Amino acid sequence: MTLLAVERIKLFSTRSPWWCMALAVTLTVGMAALIAANTNDEFPLSVGVSQSFSNFGMIVIMVMAALAVTTEYRFGTIRATFLAVPGRVQALIAKTVVVAVLAGVIGEVVAFGSWGISTLIKPNADMAINSSVEWRNVAGTGLVFALSAVLAVAVGTLVRQTAGAVAILLVYALLVESLIGLIPKIGVNIQEWMPFMHANNFLTADSAALPEGAGPPRLDFPFGPWGSLAYFAAISVGLLVVALAVAKKRDA
Amino acid sequence: MIEAIGLTKRYGTTVAVDDLSFTIAPGRVTGFLGPNGAGKSTTMRMILGLDRPTSGKALIDGKSYAQLDRPLRTVGALLDAKWVHPNRSAKAHLQWLAKSNGLPDRRVGEVLDMVGLTAVAKRRAGGFSLGMSQRLGIAGALLGDPQVLLFDEPVNGLDPEGILWIRQFMQSLAAEGRTVLVSSHLLSEMAVTAQDLVVIGKGKIISQGSTTEFIEKATENSVLVRSPHLSKLGPLLVDKGYTVRNDDDGALTVVGATSDQIGDIAGANGVVLHELSPQRGSLEQAFMQLTGDSVEYHAEIGK
Repeated sequence: MTLLAVERIKLFSTRSPWWCMALAVTLTVGMAALIAANTNDEFPLSVGVSQSFSNFGMIVIMVMAALAVTTEYRFGTIRATFLAVPGRVQALIAKTVVVAVLAGVIGEVVAFGSWGISTLIKPNADMAINSSVEWRNVAGTGLVFALSAVLAVAVGTLVRQTAGAVAILLVYALLVESLIGLIPKIGVNIQEWMPFMHANNFLTADSAALPEGAGPPRLDFPFGPWGSLAYFAAISVGLLVVALAVAKKRDA
Repeated sequence: MIEAIGLTKRYGTTVAVDDLSFTIAPGRVTGFLGPNGAGKSTTMRMILGLDRPTSGKALIDGKSYAQLDRPLRTVGALLDAKWVHPNRSAKAHLQWLAKSNGLPDRRVGEVLDMVGLTAVAKRRAGGFSLGMSQRLGIAGALLGDPQVLLFDEPVNGLDPEGILWIRQFMQSLAAEGRTVLVSSHLLSEMAVTAQDLVVIGKGKIISQGSTTEFIEKATENSVLVRSPHLSKLGPLLVDKGYTVRNDDDGALTVVGATSDQIGDIAGANGVVLHELSPQRGSLEQAFMQLTGDSVEYHAEIGK
């Protein structure tokens, strides 16, 4: 508990987390508002449509999570931390928990914020969250944000530099996973095992955000939505375990 | 008390620290002296559990750093004054440190007072001058009121006032019975700060003992003699067992004798003296002589 309080003080006594949080929320909710305002009879607003930009927020939150570690390496405060808490694994787990919980809260704010603003803009649209698919689509965002923050902390711990970690995360999440589908024949098969694809499957499986035939082809995932979430969690936590083992062994 | 037992650190084929063994006693300021790149910082990082020794171990009061429960209460360290997030206030920096070791929040105010930073406690640490950063680092080291303190080059880049402040501060900490280890590459600084010295070069121990002993051993006392009758005086001095060297400009350098003794011998034998002057080697010269072979990077001067 002490370590959690320590990491909370550290995180909130600098400015970048506040900026990232504000950016994540305004960006995503702003996009949702824009989309909601442009829906019409042909392309009607629904719960699923209001959530289609949660990825924007997730990317920003991953940057925040990676920064929480890499700035510690950049400014040497990680050494001050390890002097105060020689159990490096505990110290880094505490940091991960604090960042992940914060990311989860922001995820919920983003999701319900997007839903709320869409409802305000188009009060006549069917925006009731009344099926389990819709609940997963909205409330599940917090879980996905939290797990992607864990993944980002792991990458930050392994790479130790802001530029490197952020570049890896952005290029991977924004480009690699979608471009790999372009490889003929096997591309789509690989895609079905990629972590962020599964995160997305958890959020959007069985939802009718897009009319049939629109958007990228639907992937044939090996798991159902909750299996996909477990898979995404396993990859994030697995990477964190590797990062912790490396940090423990490495000279600080 | 700090103990190093066969401490060794290798990076690939380079040996940064080579089989160091020493004991740092409480109640004294011990200087950890060596040229740049001698392995002082690496040794300190190994003592503090930041770097993993290739072999050997370092103990603080008989325990390794990792075994210490709430280590800031036992050991305070200032390795680098810049290990502070620039956007965090001095106070917030000390607050998380205090929290991590279960120290009361009022301790933050106390150490800020001690180092004279109370007025700037809420300012971001990134805007601090080097001297202020150094004070903040010392405040962090003192937070847990530890019995063992390590400072790595604490006076580097400070103005004379700051140097004097840190020197007196370290001496007062030692006077309270604490173990104080302070590294430096300046012998002249250590000569006035430390009672004991551990001298290393290229990762190896060169000498350890009291500072006065080290300086006496290191600085050769010699006497320069000028006389029209050197050919007569020289053999007389050699007979007495003193070492005599002929200098290039026709003078003699006598090692092992005082100027009184030489004057007496000259008088007793009717030798006229034109000059009889005691020479004392400088601390820097002595240091260079002792560590001369163990400097990592040599610079050729005036050749």
